[in-house]
Amino acid sequence: MTDGSEKRIVKQIKVDLDKCIGCRACEIACSAFHATPKYSSTNPARSRIRVVIDELNDCYVPIRAGDYTPAECTGRHTYTIEGKQYSQCSFCGVSCPSRDLFKEPDSGLPLKCDMCENEPPLEEPMCVQVCPHDALTYEETEEEAKQEEPREEMEIGLETLAKRYGLKKVMDAIARMSREKKG
Amino acid sequence: MRYAETGFNLEIDLSRGSVERVATDPELTELYLGGQGTAAKILWDRVPPEVEPFSPDNLLIFSAGPLISTAVPGANRTSVDTFSPQTNFYSHSLFGGFFGPELKHAGYDKIVIRGKAPNLVYLWINNDKVEIRDASHLHGKGALETGTLIKEELKQSDAQVAAIGLAGENRVYMATIEHANASASRGVGVIMGDKKLKAIAVRGTKDIHVARPLELFELCNPMYQAIYDNPHCGDVFLHEDDEEWHVNNFAWGNARERKKGWWNKEIEERWTKISDDVRLRWTGCYNCPKDCHQAIKYPGRQTYFQKCYSKLTYCMAAYKELDFNYDILGLTQEYGLDGYSTPQVLAFAIELYEAGILADKDLPEFPSDSGERFFYLVEKIVRREGVGDALANGVYHAARQIGKGAEEYDHNSMKKFEQLPLKLKMVNYPYFLMYSTSEKMTITQTEGSYPQIPIADKKEREAFVKNWDAAPERFKKWYLEWEPRSHPSIEASVHICDWNETMHYVDDAIGTCAFLSSFRGQFGGRPPYHLYNLPDFISHATGMDMDPDKLWEIAARNRNLIRALNIRRGLRRADEKPPEDHWQIREPEMEAKLLDAYYEHKGWNNDGIPTKETLDKLGLDYVSADFLQRGILTDGESASPKKASAKKKKKK
Repeated sequence: MTDGSEKRIVKQIKVDLDKCIGCRACEIACSAFHATPKYSSTNPARSRIRVVIDELNDCYVPIRAGDYTPAECTGRHTYTIEGKQYSQCSFCGVSCPSRDLFKEPDSGLPLKCDMCENEPPLEEPMCVQVCPHDALTYEETEEEAKQEEPREEMEIGLETLAKRYGLKKVMDAIARMSREKKG
Repeated sequence: MRYAETGFNLEIDLSRGSVERVATDPELTELYLGGQGTAAKILWDRVPPEVEPFSPDNLLIFSAGPLISTAVPGANRTSVDTFSPQTNFYSHSLFGGFFGPELKHAGYDKIVIRGKAPNLVYLWINNDKVEIRDASHLHGKGALETGTLIKEELKQSDAQVAAIGLAGENRVYMATIEHANASASRGVGVIMGDKKLKAIAVRGTKDIHVARPLELFELCNPMYQAIYDNPHCGDVFLHEDDEEWHVNNFAWGNARERKKGWWNKEIEERWTKISDDVRLRWTGCYNCPKDCHQAIKYPGRQTYFQKCYSKLTYCMAAYKELDFNYDILGLTQEYGLDGYSTPQVLAFAIELYEAGILADKDLPEFPSDSGERFFYLVEKIVRREGVGDALANGVYHAARQIGKGAEEYDHNSMKKFEQLPLKLKMVNYPYFLMYSTSEKMTITQTEGSYPQIPIADKKEREAFVKNWDAAPERFKKWYLEWEPRSHPSIEASVHICDWNETMHYVDDAIGTCAFLSSFRGQFGGRPPYHLYNLPDFISHATGMDMDPDKLWEIAARNRNLIRALNIRRGLRRADEKPPEDHWQIREPEMEAKLLDAYYEHKGWNNDGIPTKETLDKLGLDYVSADFLQRGILTDGESASPKKASAKKKKKK
């Protein structure tokens, strides 16, 4: 590891928006696979993949649940693609306060896609398996990845502060402190 | 714990503004499964025959059958059941999309609506929270537009909405209920409008549990690919640009004229381009890999979804080209008009005008172009303006209201309901029975399991029969013996009708789509779902013991109960006939024999009334008791046809 990099497998679910028929089978399969006991219930509201549909504007976007964030974006982009308008949120998998998506319906706890890596891991994630239209396809690629430096105590501490007060507040405080020091 | 079902119905009284969540009896699931079956039981118990369809006591029931919202692919059809002002009989429609599954996740198997709201309202079901909300601001809004407005107003982009358009609001008999990419046709929208219910919005986030999860999932998971790969299921015809079969076999205008040989390559190329230009994409319903719906954006119109043969119904009725059809559908779907019956009403009106029965004073400034005439008439009908008020009641009633010989032009309705514009040469025995005896008012909801035509080559026929998993054994012999251009025997015809209709009663009780099942055996004979694999799906989902015989028995019970609903409202043998000119060459004696044999096979008397013995055997003792009490059946003898007929005349 002299150059600080290593090979790793990156799992990808590729999404072809033109091929999506809006059937939401991915949502049903995901919710069943992650139910306890396995397959015992279905509930798209618990799915870690959701198809964001705007029928009258012909927008069909399957998105995968990503990380949790305590705060919503300060602003949003609106994208126009081939004449159709999409909100930034249409592509965003973050479980955030601005919407109901990717939260357990009862507890409100965030949901996150695990690529069906439960024991034993599936060859392909469940959502891909039930999409014969190939709107969702699965690919594994090998990538060079920078080896992560072990994080220092200060960084971990800062992150905790950022989580508690919000990154902006912490940054403002650091900026103020450095200004005060200069002055 | 109930599996697959939620075990609760939502009871709404719009007159009183009350909402109740009512637990249901699991015994009813054992007897009728759900969907149309349990809805029929409610209609039997609570809507006596004296109740007029426009009475507040008529019920409008939305049912999501037990397989809906489970992992079973293609189980998403919501059943809508009520009584129709057009036929005065039982009225039944189905729609796909996403509504039924959302309702189940909200915690309900059914919404049972009674009464009438004083002003236009909509229903908002958000899990346990249910509100009847003012909809005066939605008056006159398009059906899908209403869905969008409600979702914005509630800030609930995940809600599913079923709504009526202006046609439903004005109690047009051809009014539909529209939802996402689906429509409930055959006139159920008129009752929703009569109850002043503009829309139902539903959002559900509860789990649906199944009895044997692993077994069910192992059955379901391979079905996605199997259904996707199966060329005989889904909307096979809609995916073809070669429309020769439809334009040659269906009649143009007011179900008048067949234009054989009209179709050619040049038209095919032109029409293909028209479709390609306006189609945004193909879409599917909840949890189904088939893409049976076209999302259409016609210039100047809002996006809408086209399905089935409505691709051609308007243009053929108006003698126009395909672009006209896409254009007018953009308008009529938002008005919430049935794409099957409406074009026939319009073509009928044009014939009346050309015959001088409708005059210029009835149709002021009536355009000369048939397409423009269609648009003109649509506006009159949805507003019930002038002659549109009569036309809004459908061909049968309009003909009698207009009079002056207009009745002569009502040649394609049956039990007062517009039929597909099919005009054929020779009477077809099984089809004669299916047309005559169906409670579902249209052939598409009755036919579908037995092939329409035999394969000419005997060897190929043998090969077809070999792996015909969907068919009960007796049909294999009949099919093998079936030579082209010959009639099946009376016995075979009776059984073909019986099997075909039974499979629809199965689908309509559990929620599976006919395009994967009951409708999709007739070409190719390989439907993904059939009598012999459905019992396992039902069993694993619900935990009930199920086998093909038991499933058939439940379907027969539902069939007889629905029959009984209509018998109690006056339906008799005299009503059981196809449109007069459906076939050019008829065989009255043979037709009588067919009907006799069919009634006998069904365990009905000669007037088409299920006998006490038949009813009791199916556990419908309460029906036979009611029939005896009303004198529809008499003691000792199974029925008194003469008395029954006399009663009917009096009623009319």
